[in-house]
Amino acid sequence: MPAEITFAADVGTGLVAAHQVCKTYATGEAAGRLVLDHIDFTLKEGEIVAILGKSGSGKSTFLRILAGLTEPSEGFASYRGRRIDDPVNGVAMVFQSFALFPWLTVLGNVELGLEAQGVPLDERHRRAIAAIDLIGLDGFESAYPKELSGGMRQRVGFARALVVNPDVLLLDEPFSQLDVLTAETLRGDVEDLWRDRRVPTKGIILVSHNIEDAVFLADRIIVFGSDPGCIRADIPVPLPRPRDQTNPIFRSLVDQVYALLTTVPGTEAKRRAEPIGLGYRIPDASIQQLTGLLEALSQPPYEGRADLPKLAESEHLSTDDLMVMVETLQLLGFAQAGGGDIEVLPAGRTFAAADLQHRKQIFNDHMRRAVPLAAHIRRVLDERPGHSAPEGRFLAELEDYLSEKEARQVFETVINWGRYAELFAYDIDSGVLSLENP
Amino acid sequence: MAERWGLPIVAWPSRLRPSVWDGIALPLVFGGLILLAWASHQMSQPFHAGQQLPISLDPRFLPAYALRTVMRMALALVASLIFSIVYAAIAAKSKRAEKLLIPILDVLQSVPILGFLSITVTGFIALFPGSLLGYECAAIFAIFTSQAWNMTFSLYQSFLGVPHDLREAARMYHLSPWNSFWQLEMPFALPQLVWNMMMSVSGGWFFVVASEAISVNGENVLLPGIGSYISVAIDQRDLSAVGYAILAMLVLILIYDQLLFRPLLAWVQRFKVETIVGDEIEPPWFLVMMQRARIFHGVAWLFSLMALVSSRAAQRLPSLPSVARRSRRFGRALDVAWVVVLLGGSAVALIEIAHFVRAEVGWTEVGHVFVLGAITLLRVVVLIALAALVWVPIGVWIGLRPRLARRIQPVIQFLAAFPANLFFPIVVSLIVAYRLTPEIWLSPLMILGTQWYILFNVIAGTLALPNDYLLVAGNLGVRNWLWWRRLILPGIFPAFVTGAVTASGGSWNASIVSEIARWGDTTLRATGIGAYIATETEKGDFPRIALGITVLCLYVLVFNRLVWRRLYQLAEERLRLD
Repeated sequence: MPAEITFAADVGTGLVAAHQVCKTYATGEAAGRLVLDHIDFTLKEGEIVAILGKSGSGKSTFLRILAGLTEPSEGFASYRGRRIDDPVNGVAMVFQSFALFPWLTVLGNVELGLEAQGVPLDERHRRAIAAIDLIGLDGFESAYPKELSGGMRQRVGFARALVVNPDVLLLDEPFSQLDVLTAETLRGDVEDLWRDRRVPTKGIILVSHNIEDAVFLADRIIVFGSDPGCIRADIPVPLPRPRDQTNPIFRSLVDQVYALLTTVPGTEAKRRAEPIGLGYRIPDASIQQLTGLLEALSQPPYEGRADLPKLAESEHLSTDDLMVMVETLQLLGFAQAGGGDIEVLPAGRTFAAADLQHRKQIFNDHMRRAVPLAAHIRRVLDERPGHSAPEGRFLAELEDYLSEKEARQVFETVINWGRYAELFAYDIDSGVLSLENP
Repeated sequence: MAERWGLPIVAWPSRLRPSVWDGIALPLVFGGLILLAWASHQMSQPFHAGQQLPISLDPRFLPAYALRTVMRMALALVASLIFSIVYAAIAAKSKRAEKLLIPILDVLQSVPILGFLSITVTGFIALFPGSLLGYECAAIFAIFTSQAWNMTFSLYQSFLGVPHDLREAARMYHLSPWNSFWQLEMPFALPQLVWNMMMSVSGGWFFVVASEAISVNGENVLLPGIGSYISVAIDQRDLSAVGYAILAMLVLILIYDQLLFRPLLAWVQRFKVETIVGDEIEPPWFLVMMQRARIFHGVAWLFSLMALVSSRAAQRLPSLPSVARRSRRFGRALDVAWVVVLLGGSAVALIEIAHFVRAEVGWTEVGHVFVLGAITLLRVVVLIALAALVWVPIGVWIGLRPRLARRIQPVIQFLAAFPANLFFPIVVSLIVAYRLTPEIWLSPLMILGTQWYILFNVIAGTLALPNDYLLVAGNLGVRNWLWWRRLILPGIFPAFVTGAVTASGGSWNASIVSEIARWGDTTLRATGIGAYIATETEKGDFPRIALGITVLCLYVLVFNRLVWRRLYQLAEERLRLD
């Protein structure tokens, strides 16, 4: 591939763009696992784009490719028509975990990028103080990050990004580690800065799993599908700023995105019609939470049917957690989602009404039918003479489809469910699965 | 870097105004400089083989000797620091170098420190003919070997553990590799490094004392210092001189602790990656002085200027990623070639060693040395077990009383730092006086200095036990043996293993000086590999020294792999509290 390609015509109005970007992670199979599948994307001047998707849809990887932190396996990203190989001047990032240097004061952290650019001390100081004032941190210049609350720390993260006067701001789930009130305040302040043009930033990309954040901030919402990650929908948000969260159009947009995230689209549905394979990444839902959700859904006011955004709000669930649970309930055949709603199926009602032992029995049946990995483990254990098998064998099989880390995660989930359903036993010390019931 | 790391930097005018602290700081600084100049001048005095440097037992000379000892310690520490930074940085940055460097470090770590002295002393003497400097270098090198490996491992592990998001932030904000090393990786590694430095220096005192009296090819060279002083005291059976030496050492360690480590430990608090403000340590007086006295601001300013200049210079260097971005296939071929080179190299070395052993010593002697090693192994195991039996209950008892523990911990830390070989003459004189069997009664010397690690860690482990557990146990009526078996022993196990590993490593090292002991013209000898190495070193029989050290090293390596590493893993995986 040539080192530098200029696409003057193609990306004329684009600030940052992705061209047929693919990303593959190594697994046991030669081809590896595809996490991003031929993504084309352009961030135009003057817009905020939110990228939404389930966890594991590759949205964070995609943002890192745009940032120049991760190399795409195929295709490339560009900034103002120039190929991105390393982080470029003009693109700054705000991190989910804040990523502040604990040994630097607020001022030191904000000055970091300027110092690396070789900006003289006086100017560095002046600009850093200005950025700190802008984001509402004046008075905290000499504080160390550990003295600050989460919200204040993320403000430092924003100041550090804004002080280098970036064209493009990449936000990687910037509000997800903050409590709701703090997150909303900071979100509002960021929107104020953008609306009043008090920052020279010309475009923002926000990666999030919070639908409200996306609808509140973005001019355009891109919904990522998973396995492999791809762009499923591109929804414009034509609301005037500042936005009112109670506005009916706002609400209906939230509903629309919810529906998109919980229903299975064309190609995925076709594949889902066939039974899922051994390497299916079963969502790591906790059985306690699933049970609780099913119980709640079977009772008033829902009576077996609920609007997902409302459910999330009244049951105090994050969108991400709810999505995982909805996927699991669908997978096990306990519920069905569509159009932003969830409906409990008869099996789910029976499960919710049953006693503890009976529940385990129902879960056992559904798990063996719906999760090929669980059925496979049980079959192997039934067939082997000592009715036991080392975990390594199953992990190796999983690693044909998944990365080592994902294989571990899927395995742990299936162990958890299998223990609950008393489908098999597992001893962590020896790493042996067996049919013995201690 | 000084500015970044929080030493206060103010604009020039206010810095010029002297503060009260300058009154204390000025004499301290200049006095220190003059002493350093004198001691370094003494080190390069002309010296010829066979010459005896007079060591006087007059306690008036002790401060001068102590200064020489401190000087060696300081030089070794600086050398260790530079070595560990360079070595760890290379190992952490390059996958290929890592494959070679880390196993080498692992082996070096298990080579007995006094073995390095025996092997390298002739080389150092040849390097500076007609000067004392060669002997000084050999002694400093021995101290260096007692500190460097451990510090390097700590740094290497810290470099690998730098949080991913901080690395990404550093890249995102265009820190050059050089800047990123000094602004991210080193600061992140500092707290652990300083802690390890302190531990290393504690261990180092033992070897300072042991390495000042060097025997090469059958002759003894005594480098002026506390170690030589005590060696002469042993020759002359002078117990009161031994007492003076112990006193001088006590003062030395206190000074190191107060002037170097207390301030350093308090200062590195800020580099800890914590999400909340932890318990603040009371700032030690010396740090307060450094931060308030204006004269130190000048030094800090100089450092930050150097940092600025070096980072400017580094910006001109080509950035690393562009060099590293080569074709993948080429990289893989290089990887394979590298592994082949490494395997080939070690095979050649193995053949070389076999030839050497057969030509010089013969296989029966090799077998004999292995038996000697087994005897020493038995000593180490029994001593660790005995120490555990004694110190675990005491440690738990202290640990359950947090107030007492906090008062007693610095004392134990101090005991661990105190070179146990200073006490050897006292014990040995008792063995001689009561005609006790050296085979048994010399053994405790091996663990005299290292048992404190067990006690120290058990106390820390007990302190770390959540109070809830103790309350639950009380609530359920868990008592006596059940209380130990179900609560205390599993709870303190990780801490105990850490302490026992350190203690056993130290005991192996100590075997070389403790299996043979002198008191005047009486020599006590216990059977073991330590005695073998010590005897051959005195004779200057190089092949046999090498053999002894290799076998000892093998024992330590295998024992570590088979026993300690497994216990460690068990502790890490199963019994960690968090």
